[in-house]
Order: sequence, then structure tokens, then C-alpha cells
Amino acid sequence: MEILVCVKRVPDIAENEIQIDAAGTDIEREDLVYSVNEPDNYAVEEALQMVEREGGSVTVVTVGGEDDEEVLRREMAMGVGHGVLLSDDRFGDLDGRGCATVLKAFVQKGRYDLVLTGVQAEDGCAQVGGMLAALLDYPFASLVTSIELLEGGKLKIGREIEGGSREISAIELPCVLSIQTGINEPRYVGMRGIRQVASVPIPRFGAADLAIDTEMLQARVRRVDYFVPPAGHGAEILQGSREEKVEQLVELLKTKGGLN
Amino acid sequence: MGDHIESIAQASYWLVRGRDLFLFLYLLGLASFAFIVTRRLAPLLAARSDPRFDRPLVRLGRVLQYWLAQWRHPRYRFAGLLHLLVFAGFLILASRAFALLGLGISDRFASFGATGWYGSVRAYAATAVFLCMVVAAIRRLAFRPRRYPRSADSILLLGLIAILMAADGVFESSELSPPSLPANSLSWLLRAALGSMPPAILVKLHLTSYLAHSVTFFILLCYRPFGIQFHVETSLFAIYFAKLERGTVKPVAWGVPDAELDKLKSFGVKHFSDFTWKHILDFYTCADCGRCAEQCPAATVGRPLAPRDLSIRARDYVFRSYPVFGPSRDGLPVIGGLFSEDEVWSCTTCGACEAECPLLVEYIDKIVDLRRGLVDDGKIPQSLHKPLKALESRGNPFGKPEKKRADWTQGTAEIVNGASDIGTLYFVDSITSYDDRIQNIGRATARVLRAIEGTPAILGARERDSGHDVRRFGEEMLFQALRDHNSEAIRASGARRIVTADPHAFNALRHDYRDMPPVEHISQTAARAVRTGQLRWNPVESGVYAYHDPCYLGRHNGVYEDPRDVLDSIPGLRRVEMKRCRDRSFCCGGGGLALFYEPREQERMGVRRVRMAAEAGATVLVTACPFCMVNIEDAIKVAGLEGQMSAIDLAELVDRQMAN
Repeated sequence: MEILVCVKRVPDIAENEIQIDAAGTDIEREDLVYSVNEPDNYAVEEALQMVEREGGSVTVVTVGGEDDEEVLRREMAMGVGHGVLLSDDRFGDLDGRGCATVLKAFVQKGRYDLVLTGVQAEDGCAQVGGMLAALLDYPFASLVTSIELLEGGKLKIGREIEGGSREISAIELPCVLSIQTGINEPRYVGMRGIRQVASVPIPRFGAADLAIDTEMLQARVRRVDYFVPPAGHGAEILQGSREEKVEQLVELLKTKGGLN
Repeated sequence: MGDHIESIAQASYWLVRGRDLFLFLYLLGLASFAFIVTRRLAPLLAARSDPRFDRPLVRLGRVLQYWLAQWRHPRYRFAGLLHLLVFAGFLILASRAFALLGLGISDRFASFGATGWYGSVRAYAATAVFLCMVVAAIRRLAFRPRRYPRSADSILLLGLIAILMAADGVFESSELSPPSLPANSLSWLLRAALGSMPPAILVKLHLTSYLAHSVTFFILLCYRPFGIQFHVETSLFAIYFAKLERGTVKPVAWGVPDAELDKLKSFGVKHFSDFTWKHILDFYTCADCGRCAEQCPAATVGRPLAPRDLSIRARDYVFRSYPVFGPSRDGLPVIGGLFSEDEVWSCTTCGACEAECPLLVEYIDKIVDLRRGLVDDGKIPQSLHKPLKALESRGNPFGKPEKKRADWTQGTAEIVNGASDIGTLYFVDSITSYDDRIQNIGRATARVLRAIEGTPAILGARERDSGHDVRRFGEEMLFQALRDHNSEAIRASGARRIVTADPHAFNALRHDYRDMPPVEHISQTAARAVRTGQLRWNPVESGVYAYHDPCYLGRHNGVYEDPRDVLDSIPGLRRVEMKRCRDRSFCCGGGGLALFYEPREQERMGVRRVRMAAEAGATVLVTACPFCMVNIEDAIKVAGLEGQMSAIDLAELVDRQMAN
């Protein structure tokens, strides 16, 4: 089974104090630390585990510039065989459709049985996976929490639906799946692993290599504003004896949907 | 059997001459023993290298202390006393045993040790050993301490040794014209019981007891390499080759320089043969006495780890995989097969097990090597991914920006700027730099240093995490990156001396870093200032204080007195000692990455610790480690002791009480 996983480099929310820039249309990018979009790690881990079971190989791809090679190498250190960078000056300011267009062109260059994405990018809109499937005319399932290979080129997939329930579906290959976090426990990538793949060549493809109609890359959605929500009232401190506090807490959890 | 009793060698056993019978028996016994030991050596020869052949005099000194003088045994008084007696008895009886065996072959051995001072000493030694076996067996059967496993094996071994002693006694007392026996010794008592028997019976007893002695001797010899008694043979070597440096961690592979580590195919212990030969010798040597497990904080709070289990399970595995008969079949993955992941991550590397083991068995290096194997395979607890990634990109496990690393100072310390000459560098480390509560320890430390020797300098944004626990959690390459960064920054600062208030950083700078200026913990600096009269105190009004020894200050670096001296110099301060203190201190829960690990346990270590403090009557628990502070302050809340007990760092206490 040949699996392609689309990954993205994003500012790490755990390691940055995100601030909005003076223009208010972007975040302050100086002194930011980047990492692989967290859900993408789960997609890569799932791909690696499938290949360990069924055979085949995994390729990771990202759209971006030189800096984005870092995330490809991190995924390669997990055990992914190939990394590909889709890079072109014209890929600079893509919206979801533009990104899906670039990826679609790359998918069509190869023969992939399965395309995975993370459920959404931490700085994104969770739309590339669906759009990519539509452009490719592949079946698509989102929020996937389990994958099992069935006979006859089909997958049995579990999806998370509202309220913690699961839905099981069959889907035909080739298809696109967006992977929900929690589907597995991604393996750790240490310094040693990253150093070992530091010199593996990463091929690059531009718009011309992929024969992309650059018309399609024009962003139709443009970000106009960022704002920090006003601070709320802060935490609610429960009052009373220990028993009363526990009772109130259980009541609150019930009404807010934390307990079924 | 014949009725010659003048000579065992000449006597006849079922028509076989004694000499022939015993020659055959001894050769068979020795050959079997040699064969078994050779097979036991096979896995050691296949194991990884471990250079332990240096400093013979130091090693010999340790043999004298820990082997011959049984230094650590009396830490458990009764068991220790029994062991001391048996060990001394064995040493005394060794030459008697050989002479006795010799008697089966030649009469020339007859005169050795029969009478004279050695004759009485060894007779009483045998009596003592016999009694010890009886007492030990009763203890194991009727009053078994919890740390002993229920095992028929140990009773069998006690029995065999008792038989050996008794057989010698019967042999000696059944002589027809015996020499005078030492009063009240085992043979003297037996003589009193047997003296009236007819000579024919005595002759039979004499010959039979000799045979029994010889057979038991060789059964015992050949049975020992199959269980805990193997330590009789291995302990001398295990102690001679024991690790000499405290506080250090073994390199990934001996003889491979850091720059060439990338060329190694695999890191750490993944298969049994990835252990070093000394580590396998340790497995053979463990006597399963359970002292380590009783002292181990992880085992105490119900984590899935007990040090001796590691040794005994590994030993049983070697015995199965490298059997005495048949081909070796080593291949089981160590994690998942022999040990569980939870077990390996449960250790806080506090070192209580190693401080207790009478045979100097090592555990921390093995745990770290096992973790290195897991890290190499990408198998680390999910809760550690983020802190490790943050350490890589931001140099601290919290993912805070580097530029905020010196925000805690509020003017108490100056950042090294390269221009001015600095004497003392204060190495702060991550938790003191970024944790709101612990920053207070940082400011207190800086103020104490200012009072003693002037405003300290810090590296500020150039400092990274010391990496102490990154290394101990098995992420060696990340540790080395942090170490190299810090080493360069420290050298560039021109510091002539480093002070830190964090024992983990202290241990890292002392033992994991190379070519550093002298490093001191703030408690040492303060103690010296007390001795030279540089610190003056405001008296303490109230409270009962107990000092909690941080593992990496006490056990791993031997700093026990300085913090206590500082406390005792403060007028009005009433100090009590917890039962578990100094090298038996009980770990608070672990520092560094251990703060991020979510163990399976019944109780927190810290909670156990604050209960110990309460038991000692303390109302203030003094620590000297930022991680202890985090764990103990949490534990005071969890244990419901808020209002009755508080925790304070030694630096905070000095800062509060000093009148400078």
C-alpha cells in the first residue's frame, strides 16, 4: 500500500506566546518556534503502522519553502521513506483551495492508494483534506479514529461523532482521510533520529513540474483581521464544604456536558 | 563398609577404596562446577564491554570494606548480624573444608586443624554457622520479613549448609579415640550424645558422615550457580568491579567518543546482549534480600517497579536463555519480554537502591540504558513528548521563550555581558527561571550570594536547561546538545566558579559536563559563610524544622552536613530528624522530566514523605532542591496538612533569617 501524508509546519502553540502584529492581520512571527502540525503526526504514525502491517511505503509532502523541509525531516525520522517539498514563488499566499490544487497535482503524478491529512492545521481551517478529495474525485472521510484494511480495496474506518460516539463506515480506495488525534500514540522523534535523516535528499517540485494552472492558485479567501478575545471573568471558585463543592462540581459537569 | 577408621582414604565403601571413591567424587564435582561456571560466563563474554580494570588499589579497598568487612550488612541489624556471622564462619571454615576433603585422598591432611587454636576457632565457627542456619530457617518460615520472597529454594540452601556443618560435627565426634573437643561446640555436644554408642556403630557413623559431608559440599557447590547462593562466588568480583563514581551515568557505549555516536546502529539496551558484562554479573550476584525494594520509593508507593525484581527476572532469563545444557537462545526483546515500559519509566534515579545494596549492585545505569533503547525506538510516554520537544527548540521543558529566561531576577542578579570580569556564576536552570513559585528560590539564592560575596552573574537567555534529567530519561543526544551549548556559554562567561541552588544542575555540572570551573551548591556556600562568620542571623521564633535530603545533593554527591550545619547555626531553630534521612532519604517524586511523567501508583511519593515529616513532629520541611519544593508543596495539600505544615527552601530560609 502506497500512502501519502500531507503535513504542515505551524507555529507551536505550546512553545510560543502568540501576539498579533501591528497591522492586525497576522501574528508576530519574530522569535516563533515551529513544529509539525500536531494532528499530522497522528496521520504519519497511522500510515507507518499500516505499512508495517500491510507492506508498502509512506511519503510525506508539504507545500512551502526551504524552512518547511524541517517538518519533512522530522516525519522521515519517524520512519517515513520519502519526503517531497512542493515549492514555488507562486505558492506563497495560498488559501485552502490553492493548497488543495497544488497537492492534487502532486497526487496525480504518483500512484497513491491512500492520502492522509491531519484533522486540521493548528493555524488552519480544516478544509484542504476535503477539497483535495473533491478535486481528485476521491471519496473522503473526516475525523477518522480507526482504519482497517478490508478485502477488495476497501477500508473500514471509524469516525468520531458528536458526544464521543463512533460511526463505522466502509470506504473505497483510493481515498482521502483526515485523521483525528488520539487514533494512536505517535512515536517519539529524538535528536538522533533527526540527525540520521539530515542528509537524505528531498526532491522539490514547482508549479511547472506539476503542470498547475496558476489561475487556480489565486486566493479567494483573504484574512482581514485577527483579534484577541476580551478576557472573561476568570475561573469560578466553588464555595462551601468539601462535600458541597464536590456536589456543585458534579452538577456543573453534568449541565455543561462533561458527564453523561 | 569396612571397619578401618584410622584412615578415610584407606577405608572401604561398598568394596570401593575410600581414596578411589573420593577422587572420583571430587573430580566429578569439580568438573561439573567448572562446566557450569563456564556456561554462566558465556553471556558475559557475549555482552557489551565495560572497562572496570582501572584503579586496582581503590577497588581492593572497596573489597576490604564491602566484602571482607561486610560494611553495609548491619544497616539491617538482625539479618546483617546473621550474615556477618555466617560470612565470617565460612571464611574460617574454608581451610577446614579443604583439609577435610583432602582427608578422603590422603592421610597427610589428618593433622591439619584438628587441635590447637585453629581447631577450637573453627569448631565454634561451625557451631555458629549451624545455629545461624537454624535461626534463619525459623525466621524465614515463621517470621518472614515482607521483603523476602516465599521460596523453598532458600530453605533448601539453609538446610544444605546446616547438613554440611552437622556432618563435619558427626564425623569429628564419632572418632573412636577423639582428641578433646572445644566445650559446648557442635562436635562437643554431638560427642556427648554419641560417646556411649558401640564402636561398630561409631565407625559406620564416621564413614557415613564423611561421605555425607563430601557429597553435600559438591551438591552445594554445583547448585549455587542456579540461584541466589551464586553470590558466594560472584560477590567478590561484583564488588571489585563495582562502579566507583557516584552521580554519573555510563556512556552510551564505552570507548565510543561523542562525535562518533551517530555511527552506532542502535542505542541502549534492546536485547539482553546489549547489557554490559558487569550488569549481567550484577544479575548473578543479587541475593534477592529485598533491601533495595524496601528502600525504593517507587516500590513503596505501588509503582510497577522493584529493583530486585529487575535483577532476579533478568537472572532467571539468563539461566533460561543460556542453559547449562543445550544451545543458547537469546533473542527476546528486553522491553515487553522481560521488563515493562512502565517499570522502566517508574524510576526517579534517586539511588536509594544502590545506597542500600550490600553487594553494590547497580541499577541507575541499567534503567538509563533501557530508556535509551526505548527513546531510540520512539517509545516514550506521550506526556514527555512536549517537554522534550520544547527542550530541543526552547532549551526548557515548559516551552517558554528564551528571552524571558532572566525575567525572574527583579534586579537580584546581573546578566553576563562579556565585558566585566565575573567571579561567581549562578547557574539557575529551567524550573527556577520559569516557575512562578520556584523563581522565589532563585531570588533568595541571588540575595544570599549577594550578602556573602556580591551580586551574582547569570547567563540569562544564553543559559539552557542543564539536561540532567534529559540524560537520565535516555535522550542522550538532546542532553549532549544542551550540555555543549551551556559549556560554551559558561566558558565564554569567564566564570571561575559556579554556584547553583538546583541539585540536578549541580550534579550535571559536576559529573555530566567536562572541564567546568568548580561547582558548588548554595548550601555549601552558605555553610562556609556560617563557619567564617559572614552570615549573621535573626533568631527563629517558632516551628519544628526537619531537613529533607534531596537525592542529587545527598546520595549522589554526599552533601549531608552542610545544609544541617546552616540550620543548626540559626539561633532558636528547633530541628528534628526524620527516620529516613541522609543516604536513606525518601525521594519526593523526582525532578526534571519526572515532573511530567504520569506514573501508575497508589500514592504520591511526596505524600508519603510529608507524612514521615509529620511523624517526626516537624511543622516546617526544609528542602534544598526546586523539584522537592514542587513535589512537597503539592503533597502537603494532597495529604491535607495545609496549615499544619509548610515547606521552605534552604536558600529561602537563609534569606529570611539573615541579618546581613
